[in-house]
Amino acid sequence: MIGILCSRVRTEEKTLFEALRRRSIPFERVDEDLVQFPIGQRDGYPDVVLDRSIHHGRSLYAMTLLNAIGVPTVNRGRVARICGDKILTTAALARAGLPVPKTIVTFTREAALAAIETMGYPVVLKPMVGSWGRLLAKINDRDAAEAVLEHKETLGSYQHGIFYIQEYVNKPERDIRAIVVGDRTIGAIYRRSEHWITNTARSGKAFPCEVTDELDQLCRKAAAAVGGGFLSVDLLEHDRGLLVNELNYTPEFHGFIAATGIPVADLVIDYVQQVGAGKVSQKEVS
Amino acid sequence: MAATSTAPCPECEAQVKLSSTVEKGEIVPCAECGAELEVIEQDPIQLRLAPEEEEDWGE
Repeated sequence: MIGILCSRVRTEEKTLFEALRRRSIPFERVDEDLVQFPIGQRDGYPDVVLDRSIHHGRSLYAMTLLNAIGVPTVNRGRVARICGDKILTTAALARAGLPVPKTIVTFTREAALAAIETMGYPVVLKPMVGSWGRLLAKINDRDAAEAVLEHKETLGSYQHGIFYIQEYVNKPERDIRAIVVGDRTIGAIYRRSEHWITNTARSGKAFPCEVTDELDQLCRKAAAAVGGGFLSVDLLEHDRGLLVNELNYTPEFHGFIAATGIPVADLVIDYVQQVGAGKVSQKEVS
Repeated sequence: MAATSTAPCPECEAQVKLSSTVEKGEIVPCAECGAELEVIEQDPIQLRLAPEEEEDWGE
């Protein structure tokens, strides 16, 4: 039995449910609003769990607790931990020798301002946890830097006092999103927008993108660097070549399907079944 | 054309029309007041105001 952890049902979850029903594959929804995890108890769980929660915190702990008692998950808790944190993601990619935007992490406003001045304007400030382009800030000058840093520090949670500063990549009004399932790059799209934030959640439009050998290898290496599984890989086109910007571990894919026609849900279900059957070896990442 | 059912909007009490394929956990808009509503029960359909986006939400 496949379990699907979710509460909010987006187009993606509906597509997955429809594909499972069409293929007569038994599944159950694990309602994250109701689920309980008695620590150490092994009974009563599905054979494999696909994480489709939109809450990073819930995903992280649910997958970690399931893995701790031997329930395989897509993706694993360690992958959620890395991909849900931009600092850990960039560090894992850099450790694997993959090209990433220049990035500096600081722990105080003063150090952040000094790092920004050294990097040169414009820079991008990103929250270490977050998605859908939320709370990204492009900083064009020192006045803006001082204001945004002060605002971030007063936002409340400790994460906003940890500053993730990245070079602004002057990309050609688009970025690339590829999807990796297991050891395959199943396809890629361009996300175009006149705004510098190109997320489809922020009105970026999706167009097909050819998966070249370079793109394929880079995406598979990026996925492996964070522990592998079912992942989206976002890349930026830079003068230095393709840069890996981030990975998402519960990726949305309705725009991807609309642009490419690739049956993501079926491929993911195949992969989940393989993981559940113990046919997928996933390397440990620290 | 899929059959539809209706349920009252908790914000403005208008009848919100829903497809028969609606899933628990889906977000639907109220055509009358524009509120975002979450389907919390399917049989019979019950709606509540969708929660505000939280900081750790994403993909």
